[in-house]
Amino acid sequence: MSEPTDLRTDLQYSEVEQELRGNVRALLAARAPQAATLARTESEQPVDTALWRALADELGVTGLAVPEKWGGAGAGWRETAVVLEELGRAAAPVPYLGSAVLATAALLAAEDTELLPLVASGEVVAALAVPFAAAPRSPFPSAVQLRSDGLLHGTVHLVADARTATTLLVPALDQDGTPGLYAVRDFTAAPVVSLDMTRPLADLTLAGAAGRRIASGEAAVAALDTALAIGAALLASEQLGVAEWALETTTAYVKQRHQFGRPVGSFQAVKHRLADLWVSVAQLRAVARSAAGAAAAGSPDLPVAAALAQAFASQVTVVAAEEAVQLHGGTGFTWEHPAHLYLKRAKSASIALGTADRHRAALAQLVDLTL
Amino acid sequence: MSTPEVTESSLRAAVRELLAEHDPVRTPVAEFLGARYDAGLAWIHFPEGLGGRAAPRSLQQAVNDEFAAAGAPTLDPGRHGIGLGMAAPTLLAFGDAEIHRRFLRPLWTGEEVWCQLFSEPGAGSDLAALGTRAVHDGDSWVVDGQKVWTSLAHEAQWAILVTRSDPSVPKHRGMTYFVCDMTAPGVEVRPLRQATGEAEFNEVFLTGVRIPDSRRLGEVGDGWRVAQTTLMNERVAIGGSAVPREGGLIGTVARTWRERPELRTPGLQDSLLRLWVDAEAARLTGERLRQQLAAGQPGPEGSAAKLAFARLNQQISGLELELLGGEGLVYDDWTFRRPSHPSMEGGTPGYRYLRAKGNSIEGGTSEILRNIIAERVLGLPQEIRVDKDVAWKDLPR
Repeated sequence: MSEPTDLRTDLQYSEVEQELRGNVRALLAARAPQAATLARTESEQPVDTALWRALADELGVTGLAVPEKWGGAGAGWRETAVVLEELGRAAAPVPYLGSAVLATAALLAAEDTELLPLVASGEVVAALAVPFAAAPRSPFPSAVQLRSDGLLHGTVHLVADARTATTLLVPALDQDGTPGLYAVRDFTAAPVVSLDMTRPLADLTLAGAAGRRIASGEAAVAALDTALAIGAALLASEQLGVAEWALETTTAYVKQRHQFGRPVGSFQAVKHRLADLWVSVAQLRAVARSAAGAAAAGSPDLPVAAALAQAFASQVTVVAAEEAVQLHGGTGFTWEHPAHLYLKRAKSASIALGTADRHRAALAQLVDLTL
Repeated sequence: MSTPEVTESSLRAAVRELLAEHDPVRTPVAEFLGARYDAGLAWIHFPEGLGGRAAPRSLQQAVNDEFAAAGAPTLDPGRHGIGLGMAAPTLLAFGDAEIHRRFLRPLWTGEEVWCQLFSEPGAGSDLAALGTRAVHDGDSWVVDGQKVWTSLAHEAQWAILVTRSDPSVPKHRGMTYFVCDMTAPGVEVRPLRQATGEAEFNEVFLTGVRIPDSRRLGEVGDGWRVAQTTLMNERVAIGGSAVPREGGLIGTVARTWRERPELRTPGLQDSLLRLWVDAEAARLTGERLRQQLAAGQPGPEGSAAKLAFARLNQQISGLELELLGGEGLVYDDWTFRRPSHPSMEGGTPGYRYLRAKGNSIEGGTSEILRNIIAERVLGLPQEIRVDKDVAWKDLPR
């Protein structure tokens, strides 16, 4: 049977969260306009390190989830989720999900006080060295091994936010097959031509790299799984931002685009699709808030909330981005219009941290609906 | 004289005081609810003397929680939902002191049941096209016409009624709104049988029904505006409380799945999991809406919730029959019945499947709800209206 949820989870946004949202939105509007983001995708620096510095130094949002005693802002995952909503709305090319969420969650679980202050301040960009498609509750990865030379060897494919990372958190097995989580600075990241141009992936190679073990055995397994669950839960907020952009931009477009002597948004065939989308996005907001709340509270319901969030968000956000392309007509299919950036982000995010189907399979176990 | 400020703690204290004087379990329901009304602890945002204490609506939840914790009785929303949710706010907003005094208390205590005489055979989604005529005659009005799709007409003492009082002006003008006595001469209620086999609804024929002018709500010709108040309150739940996970129909199907391994197939599992996800998303959305309402910020999510509920209920009830396989081929009873306490989730799987088909039609079709969301929430342009400036009597029908 499924565990009853905490019915008191606050699904609203607090005043502080709304203020935070306003600050992030203003910064992104000024520093990461869509035309610049699009141009950047074909440049030598697809990741916007200056924007990352601004998020870290000017807004101090890279360490929201980290307690003050470990150099963070002492807020939590709910506030982090609000930042992700805004980053999703802007399709901002910064390693926030990788460093401020996935790596930070792993470091918090491992209570690694050495790296936490550096990652919280944004000084160090860290990446969790797992394939971006890895789902929570997967078997512990064996792609990297600690060999008899005491060094780490292996390759990890398709890792998110690793191109600008200077530190990796690497799950690896030692010679006895004992899991461990290692902080590694000596690695190569080979760029991969990625479907999501605003979150380019990399293949990582560790060719005899020294690693500092930050968790071992069950603790390493738990730290990795918690990080993936929190990542899955919070990714839904980024997806919500993508879906909101798609809905708002498309709604504005069909109001002003005229064909047959009337706005195309006055045709029911268009209106009803956008109404359905609005309903889905409103639902996604509740689901994403619930997931962020479960992460923030360290709730035992987090595995369910995270699986639900990904099973739902992946579906809604892809539809939202696809509707944006379709309802913009010819212009929505051009390179010049930003809709494709969101389509690519939406489709990639639907695979990231587990597809909807994998999360439904996880739910089957978690809420006892097995075959 | 200034009234002391109403706070959550003062309200909770008032509830406990009332509970101390009236045993919530042993007192007859109407008597207990009457005491609650007289203490101003019914709908607390109503004025003093009318079941409230002019308190912020956001504090209602605390009052409801306090009563619920003591096991105090509440009315069945299937039987009293129209009265509590639709008639009461309209009576309060547009009735005079005499209307308030006569109707609000017995409505709250459940002693009088209300129904809604709005839809007509020729005016469903286009409610403003309605043609039931009201002709002014001395101190009263004479009403002739036919209403349809009327739940509880056979149980109700009173109805809220919208009529056509002036056919010579465009449809949205020329309507007048009344309280109608369902026991008055000329009111004839005939059961309208649904696909389920039962007659949850009725047709109501009004033939020369006399309604005193004192039972008019709002100005003559202003009935559309009054009806908007009614309809806007339709989907605002009275004292809604949090629904647990698997609290709805999905829970019933999930239990069947768990208890009957022999029914399981991979395809059905996939369908069930998809619907479980959708149901949980809808539940959380409802919970978010409830929190917003409690915080005094009603949002347009009400229309969304109704749209989502209809689709979900139809899908889940359809899956339930498939899951049951051969057992899904039978139906419990086609005998003509008239339920006095309609319930959408009760009955058998076959009944639920058929009853759910009404969900996307009653209380605004899903198509009309999409128009409402598109136009009022998203601000998309209205449909081109060909009937806007045409006198009602000249409309094609």
